[in-house]
Amino acid sequence: MVLLLAVNMVTRAGFSLKQLKMWGIIRQKVAAGGGSPVARIRPVVSNLRNYSSAVKQMMVREALNSALDEEMSADPKVFLMGEEVGEYQGAYKISKGLLEKYGPERVLDTPITEAGFTGIGVGAAYYGLKPVVEFMTFNFSMQAIDHIINSAAKSNYMSSGQISVPIVFRGPNGAAAGVGAQHSHCYAAWYASVPGLKVLSPYSSEDARGLLKAAIRDPDPVVFLENELLYGESFPVSAEVLDSSFCLPIGKAKIEREGKDVTITAFSKIVGLSLKAAEILAKEGISAEVINLRSIRPLDRSTINASVRKTNRLVTVEEGFPQHGVGAEICASVIEESFSYLDAPVERIAGADVPMPYAANLERMAVPQVEDIVRAAKRACYRSVPMAAAA
Amino acid sequence: MALSKLSSPSSLSTNILKPLTNSFLLHRPISTDTTPLTIETSVPFTSHQCEAPSRSVETTPKELLSFFRQMATMRRMEIAADSLYKAKLVRGFCHLYDGQEAVAIGMEAGITKKDSIITAYRDHCTFLGRGGTLLEVFSELMGRKDGCSHGKGGSMHFYKKDSGFYGGHGIVGAQIPLGCGLAFAQKYSKDETVTFALYGDGAANQGQLFEALNIAALWDLPAILVCENNHYGMGTAEWRAAKSPSYYKRGDYVPGLKVDGMDALAVKQACKFAKEHALKNGPMILEMDTYRYHGHSMSDPGSTYRTRDEISGVRQERDPIERIRKLILAHDLATEKELKDIEKEVRKEVDDAIAKAKESPMPEPSELFTNVYVKGYGVEVFGADRKEVRGVLP
Repeated sequence: MVLLLAVNMVTRAGFSLKQLKMWGIIRQKVAAGGGSPVARIRPVVSNLRNYSSAVKQMMVREALNSALDEEMSADPKVFLMGEEVGEYQGAYKISKGLLEKYGPERVLDTPITEAGFTGIGVGAAYYGLKPVVEFMTFNFSMQAIDHIINSAAKSNYMSSGQISVPIVFRGPNGAAAGVGAQHSHCYAAWYASVPGLKVLSPYSSEDARGLLKAAIRDPDPVVFLENELLYGESFPVSAEVLDSSFCLPIGKAKIEREGKDVTITAFSKIVGLSLKAAEILAKEGISAEVINLRSIRPLDRSTINASVRKTNRLVTVEEGFPQHGVGAEICASVIEESFSYLDAPVERIAGADVPMPYAANLERMAVPQVEDIVRAAKRACYRSVPMAAAA
Repeated sequence: MALSKLSSPSSLSTNILKPLTNSFLLHRPISTDTTPLTIETSVPFTSHQCEAPSRSVETTPKELLSFFRQMATMRRMEIAADSLYKAKLVRGFCHLYDGQEAVAIGMEAGITKKDSIITAYRDHCTFLGRGGTLLEVFSELMGRKDGCSHGKGGSMHFYKKDSGFYGGHGIVGAQIPLGCGLAFAQKYSKDETVTFALYGDGAANQGQLFEALNIAALWDLPAILVCENNHYGMGTAEWRAAKSPSYYKRGDYVPGLKVDGMDALAVKQACKFAKEHALKNGPMILEMDTYRYHGHSMSDPGSTYRTRDEISGVRQERDPIERIRKLILAHDLATEKELKDIEKEVRKEVDDAIAKAKESPMPEPSELFTNVYVKGYGVEVFGADRKEVRGVLP
């Protein structure tokens, strides 16, 4: 554990896994048969192994800002509008510096009228511009949801291809901390059920950059669900990610951590919790595969199913309400396509089935915690007590 | 052609007209005479926060005859749609525009195809005015391949983007912010064009109208909001729905104009005026005082909330086609027989289009899965039984 922390600190300081291995600081052990409780020592942020040796840290906020900046620079049709995006530099500072750089014609502060400005954004997209409409949080998108669904999502279909809508709706989604019931709703399941929309949700800075760029370039309406609590988190980004042409594919999940005993699916902030859970599980001899969905619609059913066919067990985790949620869809998909591969019922971890309470202890109970994910994974592995120490 | 021979500056003589009637006009009923003609609108404009345009409208015989022909086509089309609906060839919703033709026609005369129009669901005639064909209308109504949306939209979802018609919207009021968005894009692109966003007296109370109007005024968008006030929001009369039914004044800080919507020339004048205004000064509201003869839709007889006397009264006193007919006859631009011949031709055109539309096939089953996205990334899509019917989005 101490070694892990040390590795974590050292890697966050900018040294790559490769360098650490070279210096003998980490030894890789491949367990034979499953005796040793720690098969492999891996840093918490495991995507290091894919990167070149020079690794930079980037906050998600910075990642989003740079993605917006680059796409606005590359295409004059892209413009940003929303409440406080201009002079205030963004309610969460995501659009910092953009007004100064692109001027008030391309970075537009709107009045607090979501139905009005969202409709205006969609109309501009009908004409051929590429708006990025920011909702201060997706809770406020409900005031404009008719435009997102009836005016944006369905237009290309109803017009048989005449009216396409190259628009991005973005903003923080889900729970923050202590903001109460009206400001903590997760909309992933709602928007992802609508044909004609694409729904993306980044976790790391690489995700934030790559997916936002993909969303802005995409000719269809994209709902881009960020997370307020992730804005301030830093992740390592490679030179490839920092390049202005960097883009991630829409519809492809990422395997954040490989494993062989149980599959855990998650998106946005919950990916971080799932990775922590995987660490704890690893110490108890359960090797968890963590999938970062990245794309809620289209859902990467093939990656999920391939993983379940490998591990035979599934835990779906999400922040939103459980009924008719993302996990329910994933469960159904796996049962339809990989039923005979399942060795245990699918486990679902989700937000509690209540409006978000304010009191800190109740709020903690209303949102998935690492322990919940660990417990569910163990249930899926039919283990409710920690493994006995190796003989 | 016959009429052009008579296009000397002096007034046309009916004596010369008569012998030539039979030979030419059956084949070329529309006059190409472009001698300017000045006609007064039925009533003066009433304005709010602006100076009303003049009552005297410049037009030409050619324009008046084209008004007549196009409005007759629209009228016949809507009546034919009524019959098709009753014959169950048109399903779902069918909202007819007969009575309101002058708004569609007058607007077209005052603007260009580079300007944009967006409206709600009573869109058949607006679509035709923008250059759509009768075949496209009837095919779409019957859900066939040759429809303007290839059968996938239906009555409420006609579009013609290449001539600036952006639909065709089913949600009351939604088209208003969308229209302001079109205007935003026109300004952003420096196109020097404007958008006309049409809505009814029912939609005039929608909150999103005021939200969009506020932004349009704040940002000086070239948006013109046009209230087609036919005095009934479905079954609810305007005085039962709006505290202030002076829709042209509802913009408060936004200038407005009240127009006789049954007078195509008044509509033309108002739209020209509004376009000039919007390009310089930002948004404007036009209220077209108009009337629909049919009920709200085909499921509404239209007579439970208004008297038959009222409907026939409007038809007798204010019908837009009759007004143009009287003008044409009064100025000797055509004879009664010529006009009747135009109407006969129009009827035949409509019947032919219906016959052709009836032959148009329904869309292929594979069309169920097309146009969900512009770019589908090869994603799987499912039918009702996902194990039976699956597709891949291109």
